[in-house]
Amino acid sequence: MTTAALAVDNARAWRARRLFRRFASRPPAVVGLVGVILVVLIAIFAPLISPYDPAHGDYNHVFLAPFSAGHVLGTDDLGRDVLSRILQGSRSSLSAGLAATLLAAVVGVSFGLLAGYYRGPLDTIIMRATDVMLAFPFLVLAVGLAAILGPSLNNAILALAISSVPGYVRITRAEVLGLREQDYVQAAIVNGAPDRVILFRHILRNCVSPLVVQASITIPTMIIGEAALSFLGIGVQPPTASWGIMLSSAQGYISQAPWYALIPGVAIAITALSFNLLGDGLRDILDPRATK
Amino acid sequence: MSENVLEVRQLKKYFSLPRSSGGTVHAVDGVDLTIGQGEVVGLVGESGSGKSTVGKCIVRLLEPTEGTIRLQGRDITTASRRQLRGVRTEMQMVFQDPYSTLNPRMTIGDIVAEPLQLHKLARGRELDTKVAGLLDKVGLASHLRHRYPHELSGGQRQRAGLARSLSVEPSLLVADEPVSALDVSVQAAVLNLLMDLQRDMGFSCLFIGHDLATVEFLCDRVAVMYLGRIVEEVNTTDLFRAPKHPYTQSLLSAAVVPDPKLQRTRQRIVLQGDIPSPINPPTGCTFHTRCPVAQIPLCSDTSPALTDVTGRSHFASCHLITADGTAPDVTHSQTTENAWSKN
Amino acid sequence: MTPRLAVKDLSVRFGTDEGEILAVDRMSFSVEPGEVLALVGESGCGKSVTAMSVLRLLPSIASVSGSILLDDTELTTLSTAEMREIRGRDISMIFQEPMTSLNPSFTIGFQIGEVLRRHEGMSRRQARERAIELLELVRMPAPRSRVDEYPHQLSGGMRQRVMIAMAVACSPKVLIADEPTTALDVTIQAQILDILRDLRARVGTSIVLITHDLGVVADIADRVEVMYAGHKVESGPVDDLFANPQHPYTVGLLGAVPRPDLAGGIQVRLQEIPGLVPVLRSEPEACVFAPRCVRATAECREAMPPLELLQPRQHAACFHPGSRVADYSEGVSA
Repeated sequence: MTTAALAVDNARAWRARRLFRRFASRPPAVVGLVGVILVVLIAIFAPLISPYDPAHGDYNHVFLAPFSAGHVLGTDDLGRDVLSRILQGSRSSLSAGLAATLLAAVVGVSFGLLAGYYRGPLDTIIMRATDVMLAFPFLVLAVGLAAILGPSLNNAILALAISSVPGYVRITRAEVLGLREQDYVQAAIVNGAPDRVILFRHILRNCVSPLVVQASITIPTMIIGEAALSFLGIGVQPPTASWGIMLSSAQGYISQAPWYALIPGVAIAITALSFNLLGDGLRDILDPRATK
Repeated sequence: MSENVLEVRQLKKYFSLPRSSGGTVHAVDGVDLTIGQGEVVGLVGESGSGKSTVGKCIVRLLEPTEGTIRLQGRDITTASRRQLRGVRTEMQMVFQDPYSTLNPRMTIGDIVAEPLQLHKLARGRELDTKVAGLLDKVGLASHLRHRYPHELSGGQRQRAGLARSLSVEPSLLVADEPVSALDVSVQAAVLNLLMDLQRDMGFSCLFIGHDLATVEFLCDRVAVMYLGRIVEEVNTTDLFRAPKHPYTQSLLSAAVVPDPKLQRTRQRIVLQGDIPSPINPPTGCTFHTRCPVAQIPLCSDTSPALTDVTGRSHFASCHLITADGTAPDVTHSQTTENAWSKN
Repeated sequence: MTPRLAVKDLSVRFGTDEGEILAVDRMSFSVEPGEVLALVGESGCGKSVTAMSVLRLLPSIASVSGSILLDDTELTTLSTAEMREIRGRDISMIFQEPMTSLNPSFTIGFQIGEVLRRHEGMSRRQARERAIELLELVRMPAPRSRVDEYPHQLSGGMRQRVMIAMAVACSPKVLIADEPTTALDVTIQAQILDILRDLRARVGTSIVLITHDLGVVADIADRVEVMYAGHKVESGPVDDLFANPQHPYTVGLLGAVPRPDLAGGIQVRLQEIPGLVPVLRSEPEACVFAPRCVRATAECREAMPPLELLQPRQHAACFHPGSRVADYSEGVSA
């Protein structure tokens, strides 16, 4: 290896180590990261680690309490294993959280870039449109859209994504407005760089930190949103398990089997909290303005 | 006859304010400027004088309101962005703020290579060699090419910015206060470097600054701006030895010299008041509101023209400079002590 | 004469994510009544930290040791409430940035008056009258109408004048001016320096001037302390120090400023000081300037030289003092 290549590797390794050290010195962030990794692993390996088929009911054993023989988290109203359903439910929760966030980010960032960089009438149109969308509370908008689109996981994801586009547009636009005045953007213009180079190389790359932070805040919102839509029956459709559906079916039995409502609630809370903690940690290490 | 690298004629740049406050900022109000082959011209003035706006109009970061800008004989005043792309290798700019001049997400090597890549001037191994050569030229160690801007000091960043600008071997470099954000000892190093590079590469340079000593050190000729206009322009030696315009005289006398004995015995003219707003610049000579020797109504009614007052290319715009080129005596009209006695 | 302000063995440490930083190391200085003392150095030399620690305005991650005596009062042991009484009344400060140092939602008259109402117990009316007098003192044009204006209606130079008016409202014993003219244009700088000179003459205020501009020092200071990496490296009366600098850092600083007036208009090169101001983590075991110094020898790399009296009133911390121009090698990155 040449010395130059070594120098690159050393510099990279050193930077990575420093970022890692700063991350590691924040216990809540580490807890969040561990939580997120756990949930992701569970979602990936759900079929392998489920003790039962999550859709298989056993009418002889309905509402078994947690810690009963063979059913660590008990059974539900149809005698299905709650643990297996929680494990399967993590898949729709996570896929909704991640897919909707990604979709919202791609669309929102694109519009934000265009609005902030070109300004003018395009900016006015985009910003007025986001203002209109922001006039509705997030969940109300998502519920409305999901109802129009029809009940399914994919449509729920689409509805959630559209509802959170305005946040991304605003954040991106605000960043772009600041970045386009930076001297390195001016230098790129003086160098005759075409718009696409300026937009992607000089502007978008420098918006990444606030966007990553925004994404880590959106993911838990999306997870809760998916649960809410499924709870209302316009998200994931039975017999597929979802934490929202579990909550919804549990509400009829809240006095007989309180754990049945509690368990998916705790699952949602832990997952959302993990992403939030991770997001706070990322903001601390990525965004120099947030550090003391 | 060698052609001038830059010719600016009657450059004007107005900014309109938002409707609520109304009015127009006369940032640059009729500036003529010529820079010859290999010449270093200083543009000095205080904040609000419009000196940076002139620089930005020349590299077309701002659209001039009126006037013409000719770069090597080519009129670029109204060239489109596409047309400008061909001229971009001819003019470059270095910026003031070492922290925002480099893209924080790019390595120094990529930053310096970018103009060469954009203009397809080099690629592959040749590009590598060129970048290495440029870094060497500006005094940056070769291992720094893999570093990111935040890992460099302010002086090193300004060097990298210089390397980027000079990579395309421009014939004109607009330097907008490139050292004023740096510490004294670092300033010295960057100024030395800029001077060496200019001598070696022979580019013309418009050096925009507010520090008179720096300008005197670096420039062949100096233009002094006040409220969007050039009030005096002459070779550096004459400007500092025999300034004609009352504003130039006051500016020179207000600058502090790091020599206690000299500094405390110098004749000083302390101008009263602030620079007027360029939204409603004063009538007539724009300096008459602060000028210690202004003759009302002459100076407040008619705007003096920038004329050669000595016959040796010493341009100044003041009614009170006599036909034989004698400057108005500002020092005796109002000194610090006089200002004191009012209190 | 007993000094007005005496700082002795002041050390300031900052606890950061990346470990401890020693910002100021055993710094001592004193100011006589009516004297202008300049603390000079480049960014990162600890001059602002020194000033902030005198006013006890440092954030909580800083730990300060040493003694700070104002007349006979030891400031380091005062309670927060007692310190609040001292600030603005006995010691006040003006900052570099006049734009952000004023509250945008109150008139300048109110803000100047606030200091008077708190420390001197004046009524609103009295405070307003005194505010107008103070604005006159700092040569604000049309003080009677300006007193009711808001900061955003004023120019940078005028805002700095308001800051000075606030700072001297209670005729403080000591005024700490942190780069008071750095953000201002030369013609405005000249006005501000005149105002400071006037205050010293009329009110007898001692001024601690923090600056990197050697021209400003030459203009107004009586004595100079040159700081480098948290250490005092040279001190002396302004005339002696400029005419006959002893420490190579001072020599380098003076040589770095363009002086075409001396070279008859043709100055070929400026003095460079290669390298950077180091960040100290602990008390140095070598001269802090040695890595950048052309005079450095083995001796310099083994111990930090003590501050020694070299001229009648001039101290320097250097094993090889002298005012000869150091021939720094060229081309090293800044």
